[in-house]
Amino acid sequence: MPSPRPLSARLRALLILPAFALLCGCDMVVLNPAGDIARQQGDLVIVSTLLMLLIIVPVMALVVLFAWRYRESNKDATYAPDWDHSTSLELVIWSAPLLIIICLGAITWVSTHLLDPYRPLSRTAPGKPVAADVKPLEVQVVALDWKWLFIYPEQGIATVNEMAAPVGRPIRFRISASSVMNSFYIPALAGQIYAMPGMETPLNAVFDKTGAFQGFSANYSGHGFSSMRFKAHSTDQAGFDAWVAEAKKAGATLDRAEYLKLERPSEKEPVRRFAGVEAGLFDMVTNLCVEPGKMCMHQMMSLDAKGGMGKAGLYNVRQLAYDKFGGRGTHAHGGKSFVGEICADKQDIAVRAAPKAGNPKPLTGAGMKQPSAEPSPTAPSVASETRPRPLS
Amino acid sequence: MIPQPAPVSPILGKLSLDALPLHEPIVVATFAVVALGGIGLVAALTYFKLWGYLWKEWFTTVDHKKIGIMYMILGLVMFLRGFADALMMRLQQALAFNGSEGYLNAHHYDQVFTAHGVIMIFFVAMPFVTGLMNYIVPLQIGARDVSFPFLNNFSFWMTTGGAVLVMASLFVGEFAQTGWLAYPPLSGLAYSPGVGVDYYLWALQVAGVGTTLSGINLIVTILKLRAPGMSLMKMPVFTWTSLCTNVLIVASFPVLTAVLALLGLDRYVGTNFFTNDFGGSAMMYVNLIWIWGHPEVYILILPLFGVFSEVTSTFSGKKLFGYSSMVYATIVITILSYLVWLHHFFTMGSGASVNSFFGITTMVISIPTGAKIFNWLFTMYRGRIRFELPMMWTIAFMLTFVIGGMTGVMLAVPPADFVLHNSLFLIAHFHNVIIGGVVFGVFAAINYWWPKAFGFKLNEFWGKVSFWCWVPGFWVAFMPLYILGLMGVTRRMRVFDDPGIQFLFVIAAFGAVMIAAGIGAMLVQFAVSIWKREALKDTTGDPWNGRTLEWATSSPPPEYNFAFTPVIHDLDAWYDMKSRGCERPLAGFKDIHMPSNTGAGVILAGISTLIGFALIWHIWWLVGLGFVALIASTIVHTFNYKRDFDIPAAVVAETEAARTRQLAAGA
Repeated sequence: MPSPRPLSARLRALLILPAFALLCGCDMVVLNPAGDIARQQGDLVIVSTLLMLLIIVPVMALVVLFAWRYRESNKDATYAPDWDHSTSLELVIWSAPLLIIICLGAITWVSTHLLDPYRPLSRTAPGKPVAADVKPLEVQVVALDWKWLFIYPEQGIATVNEMAAPVGRPIRFRISASSVMNSFYIPALAGQIYAMPGMETPLNAVFDKTGAFQGFSANYSGHGFSSMRFKAHSTDQAGFDAWVAEAKKAGATLDRAEYLKLERPSEKEPVRRFAGVEAGLFDMVTNLCVEPGKMCMHQMMSLDAKGGMGKAGLYNVRQLAYDKFGGRGTHAHGGKSFVGEICADKQDIAVRAAPKAGNPKPLTGAGMKQPSAEPSPTAPSVASETRPRPLS
Repeated sequence: MIPQPAPVSPILGKLSLDALPLHEPIVVATFAVVALGGIGLVAALTYFKLWGYLWKEWFTTVDHKKIGIMYMILGLVMFLRGFADALMMRLQQALAFNGSEGYLNAHHYDQVFTAHGVIMIFFVAMPFVTGLMNYIVPLQIGARDVSFPFLNNFSFWMTTGGAVLVMASLFVGEFAQTGWLAYPPLSGLAYSPGVGVDYYLWALQVAGVGTTLSGINLIVTILKLRAPGMSLMKMPVFTWTSLCTNVLIVASFPVLTAVLALLGLDRYVGTNFFTNDFGGSAMMYVNLIWIWGHPEVYILILPLFGVFSEVTSTFSGKKLFGYSSMVYATIVITILSYLVWLHHFFTMGSGASVNSFFGITTMVISIPTGAKIFNWLFTMYRGRIRFELPMMWTIAFMLTFVIGGMTGVMLAVPPADFVLHNSLFLIAHFHNVIIGGVVFGVFAAINYWWPKAFGFKLNEFWGKVSFWCWVPGFWVAFMPLYILGLMGVTRRMRVFDDPGIQFLFVIAAFGAVMIAAGIGAMLVQFAVSIWKREALKDTTGDPWNGRTLEWATSSPPPEYNFAFTPVIHDLDAWYDMKSRGCERPLAGFKDIHMPSNTGAGVILAGISTLIGFALIWHIWWLVGLGFVALIASTIVHTFNYKRDFDIPAAVVAETEAARTRQLAAGA
């Protein structure tokens, strides 16, 4: 895709690459990526380096020069043992860095806003604005232990450890995680953003070259972290359609049960494809409620935002607490509770007196093995589903 | 994969024979070596009947000079451990290509990189910095000791207790596999059910008590114990940077203590501060830990900025250029260091305005830092520079640190950080500033003040060998990481796919070997210098033609530092005294009131460490017993009325007369 290369890109070719490339002939993907966002970010690396070299190079030269010129054996050099102040020099040494930081600060302010990963793309390449009617390709990304799940709602498919996107079409990633923090990073495409459980982070980016690129987690997440890698394909539209068709051929459907199996820890997963995805799966992942019967975080939060539900709100806590130790924080167990006795209503007391349902084992986290037996995803739901749900 | 929770016995808690890593040959071999070395050391100490001497003269001492030296020894010992971890990582990363798993499994490798970070920051850099401040500050301000001498001893042993816990984790159980800041949810009970994170928590909590108390101690010392005439703006720059560092310590370590306590509550009693559900917020942890973590890096570097100021001024034979500009730059850095913490996680999605704010505040710090560099530069200008070892390290620092500073400002530009965050570029950056700044600074300081502490200079030949292995070794080890970072290679990887980058890791590993040679040469330097100490003897007390008060004393200084508290008239007090032809007082000595040694610090810190160990292993009866013992020992200590003694005037007179004879013999 021919596009006018920005000035700084030429500077990069002129100044930085020879210095390093002579050393190794390496493929510096950060400085030479295949996406418009990453390209601008790489350019910023260059621009900020050059700006700072304006002051670094003279300083280093002066250090060497002064060290040499004023060495003890050089008796010709002036010696001024009591010279310790010069207002004009002080002005220079405070203002020179200040000027550079003012420039860099301005660049920072503008570029941080322009290249904010949350900001929808305004162009796919220099001089190529995104038309108002272009809908970005939505890709939902879930960092699992230790593999990546990609859900394509528009195409209705899902893949593990492989993604693809048509070149030139804006992509909107919605990123979350199942258990611990990861960072979603395809250096050729755009900068990284953290993938965090119970949260969603967006990333807007676009490929401007075709090819197969590396993607990986850039934040350590446990034993299988090193192999948390995937291929990101940038293809033309036909290639993308073929890639989607291949997934469609796979046949399997990613529903809640299948997801709960998939999210268990595993390493070096081969590429897997699903022809269908249960509706709303990504939202359930972000709200930590893929397990049937577990209240979703957004439901809980909207209740809390309305001031909770008073005494009836105790149900809600139980909905969250069914798989925690009874003693932790709230009273989901049948034990004695003095505060509860005073203010609880009859129905509440009856519920508390009822035999405790669900798995009494400590929570070991979504997707993790329970301490002893294999968890049965339906076991807790029996109890919780039969109770009236406060919000359904 | 996820280990089953171990059964908890009422007697031994989670501790059992399974906790010993007998299945890890590398650890077993290490243990054998450490055990043999330890037995040899104990045997030698017993054979030469040194236990009593060590206990009376060193372990129980309240003398800031001896405590300072013990801090430096602690730092050095832990440095060898932390560096061994570094070598293991470099070897693993150089090997693990083309389908090879390297020689470390994930369980071991993940502990190694976590331990490397924790040890290097908390148990190497911090003891070095605290040790230097402890030794030098009271001498520079003309004091006889710190304000709270017993507290000083206690602080040291608490720091050591933390180090003991980290070392114990190598052989009993495991260390954290979370990275050095133990981000939840990974460090939560759900994903780290083992004792590793508990070792991390309690090691840092125990050591943190020591660090905070020593911070308070030094602030009070600097503010209250300065010699008459030494106004704040006549304080030596090293003392100034120490003051700012300790202000940072006192203001930031409580945050660390609190955040680790919250994580501990999550792990021990089931609260949900940082868990995924129940309204926990892991990002809150990340914020809090960096609110401590960013000031921490200035805690490490500021005292060394002070060292470089002293060294540059002394070896250029000139007053420091722009003293007040230097002081204000230090204060500005102190304040700004609290306003930048978010730059450690731009990529967590805080939004553009927040990111730009923290990016720009970060860049602003480079202005006072730049001013400092210029001030050193113009101190050299029109000087007479003697290239002794401390000055060589200082020049190496200036040339290295500016590059590290530059890459740091690059990382402060949020969009650039998005492509470089967590990459090996970042690793190269912070090693560039920490090695180039803190480590080189500590070496400059050791070479500079060693004659003061021990009465003889360090061997120059081996010092130069060490220097020329270290400085190029550093660049060989870390330049490849800069390049790898630009190639999009991330940190904490154990195995790699792309065989095309292996040679860069091999180069980096070679650099680490060069550094190893540098460390070896430094140990040889110490050994040779001790062996040839008569030839290297410093009889003057002022071997470098120094400018600050510590050089007014003998080398090593007497227990009481100054027979008469000096009166200060000018900034470089000793230089001023020398140029005015000030005479040493030779008569009229009085009794000197001094604090007595006490074993209470060792005992209290020992019990605290034991409580930490019991908490790690859930040995609840021992926790309870230890707590009672801790309170009881504290109360017993309050009834110890043998707190102080007087050095009789006659003894002072004799000590000073010996110094007079030494000076006369040297002249």
